[in-house]
Amino acid sequence: MRTSNSIHNAATKYRYLMLFTLPALIFYVVFAVYPLFATFVISLFQTTNGDGSFIGLDNYVYLFTDPTQSGHFWHALLNNLEFFAIHLIVQLPIGLLLAALITSDAVRRLTGFYRTILFIPATLSVVIVGFIWRMIISPLWGIIGFPLLGTEATALPTLSLMSIWQWIGIPMIFLYTALIAIPKDILEAARVDGASGMRTFWAIKFPLITPQFGLITILTFIWTMNGFDLIYSLMGGAPGPNYSTDILGTFFFRTFFGFNNVVGDTDYGAAVATVIFLFILISTAGYFFVLQRRLKPHEL
Amino acid sequence: MSQVSVSRRQATRTAPDESREARRRRRMSPSVFLVHGVLIFFVVMALGPILMTIMNSLKTQQGIFSGPFQLPTATTFSIDGYLRVTQLGDFGTLYFNSATVTIVTTGLTVGLATIAAFAIVEYKIKLAPVLSGFFIIGIMLPVRLGTVSLLQMMSSWNLVNTTLALILVYTGMSLPLGVALMVTYFRSVPQELKDAARIDGAGEVQTLSIVTPMVRPGLGAVAALTMLPIWNDLWFPLILAPGRSTQTVTLGVQQFMGQYDSDWPALLAALTLGTIPLILLFLIFSKQFIKGLSEGYGK
Repeated sequence: MRTSNSIHNAATKYRYLMLFTLPALIFYVVFAVYPLFATFVISLFQTTNGDGSFIGLDNYVYLFTDPTQSGHFWHALLNNLEFFAIHLIVQLPIGLLLAALITSDAVRRLTGFYRTILFIPATLSVVIVGFIWRMIISPLWGIIGFPLLGTEATALPTLSLMSIWQWIGIPMIFLYTALIAIPKDILEAARVDGASGMRTFWAIKFPLITPQFGLITILTFIWTMNGFDLIYSLMGGAPGPNYSTDILGTFFFRTFFGFNNVVGDTDYGAAVATVIFLFILISTAGYFFVLQRRLKPHEL
Repeated sequence: MSQVSVSRRQATRTAPDESREARRRRRMSPSVFLVHGVLIFFVVMALGPILMTIMNSLKTQQGIFSGPFQLPTATTFSIDGYLRVTQLGDFGTLYFNSATVTIVTTGLTVGLATIAAFAIVEYKIKLAPVLSGFFIIGIMLPVRLGTVSLLQMMSSWNLVNTTLALILVYTGMSLPLGVALMVTYFRSVPQELKDAARIDGAGEVQTLSIVTPMVRPGLGAVAALTMLPIWNDLWFPLILAPGRSTQTVTLGVQQFMGQYDSDWPALLAALTLGTIPLILLFLIFSKQFIKGLSEGYGK
């Protein structure tokens, strides 16, 4: 009886809570949270011959006022937004179509089969997906005669479509999960009332799964803003043609790590990382803020 | 209206033959064919490029270019690509490194997330929801943007070009989702069970080990969700462990593709070697993975 009493004691609970969460907290704080803040601190310095000196916001001033640097930054940001927008516009309708089809009455026992097969591309490495597609669309191979990746206007959309090919399973799974969570009684009632499959979908199922679109949008935003692997492997660290496929990830990599004739600058790279981080943070927070305000009238 | 539908439903239930007939008609209707037709189109889209890579990796360079859609024939069949890749690319080391990083990270993540989530659910004091929220924020944290600091940290600890550097970073990165997922699983364990264990004299660690088998689906989901992104990552291997002896499969394939640009059989073989283990891993863990994905991010 003594043990069961002692665990109701707040001090004991506190001790165990700390003891059990501490290992996870240490890993999480040291290797995920702290580096983001430390990066900001690094960005306030300038290192010459191994000695760091405090220069305040000079790295940021340089980023936004130097014509070459700011040009590259805004260009990469716009490209990244285009990369995101193409993902969203193509992914949502196809993901919805696939989710609707694999949960439709016509499929029944094969739902799991289709779900697993259609998700396979998402399990591959972005690098491998990129190279597979580059080979297939290579003019050398002759299946497609046009240099899609070598032309400024088509390079970024082509890369986006490769990425969408890979990740289409993600929106499908989120919408699929929401669809199978709809109580069977509602659907059965609609069917008995004579509603067709199409009508049941648009009048009942679709409104119930709309919150998933918000989730998919925000996750796609964060993932595309962190994009790097695909573009770096196919187009390099100064992704051409003529930087037309440069996104924030490759711009950041180039500034701090260096690439070809670009010399890396750790402190300046830290400033670039901090700006990107703030951009993602503010956009995400803004999104949640708007979402919450929109939801309130419904709840009342 | 709902009453009407209930009575109609009962009516159909009393005539099973008719409903079975209706069901059969529905199964054979043109819309069923259309649905399967569209889905098969997407299946071909999803698998086509992968199968094409595997198929062409078993051909000679000439066979690849003359008939990309043809199965290997007696004259075009060749495994030279694989022979060259295994000589040049040292795939044994690559697989070993990727496996080490993935297995150790997954083990650490599952273990630490389980202990932490148990505590967050179990010890209901004010601090618990704060900790839980702190972990949940981490699910969306763009950890890559802390790379400048991580690289400095690793070089000051002399850990650059070690698999340990990758294991540390990946564990820190994977824990938030792991903890969040395990919290949802631990919430479903009945309180009576834990209290009964304690009355029987079990200590806290023992209680944890008694309830852990009950959250086994959660352990699978966390493991599956941790494994794939780590095996597939390019960014951290490229920056923290680019050395030849510590390269992972993903980085190795990336470098190989750049080095042997025109040796198509070898390139396709390298891609196939990078693809197959992941597909097998996914086919084994697909249920856990898909479940974890929707439950981990779905909240």
